[in-house]
Amino acid sequence: MSAERAAPSVAGYDVEAVRRDFPILATTVHDKPLVYLDSAASAQKPRAVIEAERALYEGYYSNVHRGVHQLSVQSTEAYEAARGKARAFLGARESREIIFVRGTTEAINLVAQSFGRPTLKPGDEVLITGLEHHSNIVPWQILCEQTGASLVVAPINDAGEVELPVFEKRLSPRTKVVALAHVSNALGTINPVKRMTALARDVGAAVLIDGAQGAPHLAIDVVDLDCDFYVFSGHKVYGPSGIGVLYGKAERLEAMPPWQGGGDMIASVTFEKTTYNVIPHKFEAGTPNIAGVIGLGVAIDYVTGLGLPRIAAHEDELLRYGTERLQAIPGLRIVGTAKHKAGVLSFVLDGIHPHDVGTVLDYEGIAIRTGHHCAQPVMDRYGLPATARASLACFNTRADLDALARGIVKVQEMFR
Amino acid sequence: MSTTELRELYQEVILDHSKRPRNFREIASPTSRADGFNPLCGDKATVFVQLEGDVVRDVSFKGAGCSISTASASMMTEALRGKTRSEAEALFERFHRLVTSDPSRTRENAAPELGKLTVFSGVSEFPVRVKCASLPWHTFKAALSGEGKASTE
Repeated sequence: MSAERAAPSVAGYDVEAVRRDFPILATTVHDKPLVYLDSAASAQKPRAVIEAERALYEGYYSNVHRGVHQLSVQSTEAYEAARGKARAFLGARESREIIFVRGTTEAINLVAQSFGRPTLKPGDEVLITGLEHHSNIVPWQILCEQTGASLVVAPINDAGEVELPVFEKRLSPRTKVVALAHVSNALGTINPVKRMTALARDVGAAVLIDGAQGAPHLAIDVVDLDCDFYVFSGHKVYGPSGIGVLYGKAERLEAMPPWQGGGDMIASVTFEKTTYNVIPHKFEAGTPNIAGVIGLGVAIDYVTGLGLPRIAAHEDELLRYGTERLQAIPGLRIVGTAKHKAGVLSFVLDGIHPHDVGTVLDYEGIAIRTGHHCAQPVMDRYGLPATARASLACFNTRADLDALARGIVKVQEMFR
Repeated sequence: MSTTELRELYQEVILDHSKRPRNFREIASPTSRADGFNPLCGDKATVFVQLEGDVVRDVSFKGAGCSISTASASMMTEALRGKTRSEAEALFERFHRLVTSDPSRTRENAAPELGKLTVFSGVSEFPVRVKCASLPWHTFKAALSGEGKASTE
């Protein structure tokens, strides 16, 4: 195919070496080599992460923050070292500003319930954007029902962007919380979160940035962003599933009541009164996901080792190439054409439902996501029930996108 | 699995019905109707039923879905017309068994009364697509029972 071209390499980025780090990329699906283009749903794991969990369980596993014995000390050290890695990854000032949670969804619910619920009153407003994932909509709707506050939405334009003046118009002294996706999971749009945060702070609102799709693709500096909360999931940055991070400014977290009660989150307990532990422990009740945290720490090491700016440059190059390849296919429309995008190619084919696209591509060994991407309001905005979405990661190549383009043509032939 | 299963899923008859769905229209004042929804993929189907006494005189559908759900709805409307309520319910059970049972038992489940509907036997090989095929049927059943709403979840 003449449109297939070799990639200009990003300086110092050896994608073939990266691919060798991911054991699953050597597997086949329906007798075809796996082409994994579904990292926005969940990324694959490098060997280092897989081995780290094994090393823990085989070598030094025990509960953390509890025992005086050697294994507990070792596990605790590895657990807390991972907190330090997450701190550095986000550019946070202090490790105690890093709370380990199950994932982005739990982090947002924690902030909604622990920060929002005691603070919000009838007449107050929570502002979100038109491109949020359900996990950055529903917790706020629940909060609004509980407190009598209202949910306000800054809509997107046809390209899938939230225009700053449109966003600014919805801010007012009533706005108490602003919750924004860093990167849209359905469209790939990068929100100008630094500008938006500054505007939100001008009206005195607290800002939460949903970094589920941001953390895998963009270098993050929460001090520079000046957001109150930044949240992301481990499994999307090549770490284990079931672990995620809530960053919160120390003064915010200290002022918030605990979310869940239990062990490890207390300083002292009597039947009359319990005093709570300091942050971050106040928010980590119960035995945590020890292996998840340690695995996440290793995933962060891995990403940092490759260098997020280099990963971003590699993926940007692929996104440009993939956009070009897909746009050249008659009957294909890319949904989400923002000027600033990261890692996502959402598309529809004339007269062919995304589910059928997904099933046929699967038989070519190509894994993509089809459906509403847990972002039904985004789909409604475009009058679509669903899209097909190819998403990129550090290990993808131009060959993956060539396979996708060929696969799409096969789909069209089948349903012609 | 090989592409044979893919061909079994997307048989010509299914592709034909998905591209040119039959009875794809509203019935102006139906005796019953129901809205079906598959929350997993967002597919929607509204089924309209015109009963005359105990007999399905007319049945039609509107909605947006994948080829499997569109073809299933289309062929369902053809299969149901003229059936009595109890015949329709029996056909629902037969169809449901066909698409949900172990693929190795497809042959014994392909009962003769299913007729053309047996082309959906390939669906059982694709667990995530079973709901696509069964959504119109669940919606029809909801219309018959007067529930008005059906969901695959």
